[in-house]
Amino acid sequence: MKNPIMICRCEDITLEDIKNAFSMGFTDIESLRRHLMIGTGPCQGKTCIPMLEKIISEMSNKDFRGVITTRPPESPISFGSFLHRGKNEKL
Amino acid sequence: MREIQEHPILKLARGKEIWIKFSGTPIRAYENETVAMALYREGIDVFTESSKLHRPRGMFCAIGKCSSCMMRVNGIPNVRTCILPAREGMVIEKQDMYGKLPESIEDFPEPCEIYTDIVIVGAGPAGLSAANILKDFNIRVLLVEQNPKLGGQLIKQTHKFFGSENEMAGTRGFEIANILIQNIKDSNINYKTDSTAFGFYPDSTLAIFQNNQLLKVHSKYFFFATGASEKMIPFAGNDVPGVFGAGAAQTMMNVFGIKPGKDILMVGAGNVGLIVSYQLLQAGINVKAVIEAMPKIGGYFVHAAKLRRFGVPILTGTTIKEVMGTKRVEKAISIGLDEEFKEIEGSEKEWNVDTVCLSTGLMPSVNLLSQAGCTLKYVSSLGGYVPIRNRELRTSRETIYVAGDVSGIEEASTAMVEGKIASLAILEKIGYATGREKEKNIEELQRLREGPFSSKIVESLGEVTYE
Repeated sequence: MKNPIMICRCEDITLEDIKNAFSMGFTDIESLRRHLMIGTGPCQGKTCIPMLEKIISEMSNKDFRGVITTRPPESPISFGSFLHRGKNEKL
Repeated sequence: MREIQEHPILKLARGKEIWIKFSGTPIRAYENETVAMALYREGIDVFTESSKLHRPRGMFCAIGKCSSCMMRVNGIPNVRTCILPAREGMVIEKQDMYGKLPESIEDFPEPCEIYTDIVIVGAGPAGLSAANILKDFNIRVLLVEQNPKLGGQLIKQTHKFFGSENEMAGTRGFEIANILIQNIKDSNINYKTDSTAFGFYPDSTLAIFQNNQLLKVHSKYFFFATGASEKMIPFAGNDVPGVFGAGAAQTMMNVFGIKPGKDILMVGAGNVGLIVSYQLLQAGINVKAVIEAMPKIGGYFVHAAKLRRFGVPILTGTTIKEVMGTKRVEKAISIGLDEEFKEIEGSEKEWNVDTVCLSTGLMPSVNLLSQAGCTLKYVSSLGGYVPIRNRELRTSRETIYVAGDVSGIEEASTAMVEGKIASLAILEKIGYATGREKEKNIEELQRLREGPFSSKIVESLGEVTYE
């Protein structure tokens, strides 16, 4: 079987998925992100967003660069590190 | 299994032998080796599987930028094993879909607050050279690096540097790194490895994660030298283990003494693609060809000539179409492109390779700058979004400075000079007299950018430099 064209390797989103979502009306990065969860995985879009910007810019003839904001954490970290430890406290 | 036995430049010394467990099987590792490197060296291509389609995942970027090598380590999910040093008895498991929360929080120490004058994020050429200036002044400096070693990507550069005497031209990259690192270790600078800066909060707290502990850093000045990550390109099978960033292959060979594969197809004939291809040959690996989508070679002639002497074909107007294989690359297909970059039917070529290296460009790691509210601008010839800055590398925020690839993709020599300029500018602001040093380095930077290859860079930098 032919391998898919993987765009987001964190959330397993392929080029095919993006094309399908686009034809359903998800035609900008924000709505694609909400619908497919592309770019919302542990690497926070470091690999996929530049490809996605290019793909949908070509599909829609609009410029989608510069619309992404990033929030902490921008790298995967353990949430345990946010916990203040009380005595005998368990998760 | 994949150890490089002999190397013309590097002396490959391995640390003490230790044992870790991977999915229940004991695996030999060495001290100073990361978990992912140990697994790969022992012949393991597939580390874990993806969450929805269960596709095999292994090494990809090798420097903690992507998510491909994430596993469950001692019960904690989503750990980037490529930058995690192996320790005796570590238990490594495949991710169980999304992972589970650990049962106790014993492993997480209380958060810690750190107050400093300057925090430098990233200990590559830019960050190290800044720290080398700052170490001679009576100020508090914190240098943080997310990899287990200081030096960033400079520690894997085995070629001799061009440029000027001042930036140690003629010396190999890793030797320059060794000198800069030793100076830092001999100084009063507080440096922390294995430390990931993951957030810049609205109250100007820089959040760092180190060994399961949260460090909240409060600093008068912030110096971001966070470097860049490798760009991915879309083609069928681009996530199959054995498809690596060219920089990842370089890390495997030159930092850890590991062969990335047996037969390689290099995608991209810029300087990175050409240099890494030559270094693959030095490590005794077969480079079948270098392919380049553009109609001409992007890198320096000298690097291309070296490859040609070894009989490696460089095919321009050619890109990668598909990779076959499930758990490892088994074959790759290239295809010719016409002047409009459209695929030429019938021009497919089959390559019997187990590895495909991508050197298709770098992208500045600007996420923290974006969180800090620094103004960014998209300039494609600088690699993507870069911060607007003045000639002293100060961003749109008074207390935030940048240097190196994060401010636009260039090379290590200019990164080192930028590091000096920005740190001298900070020193002047604090009130130290540094004479003409800053101006001298600004002139030096201009000299480094005088070559014909730099004209595009100079023009692009003009678009993002104010004052």
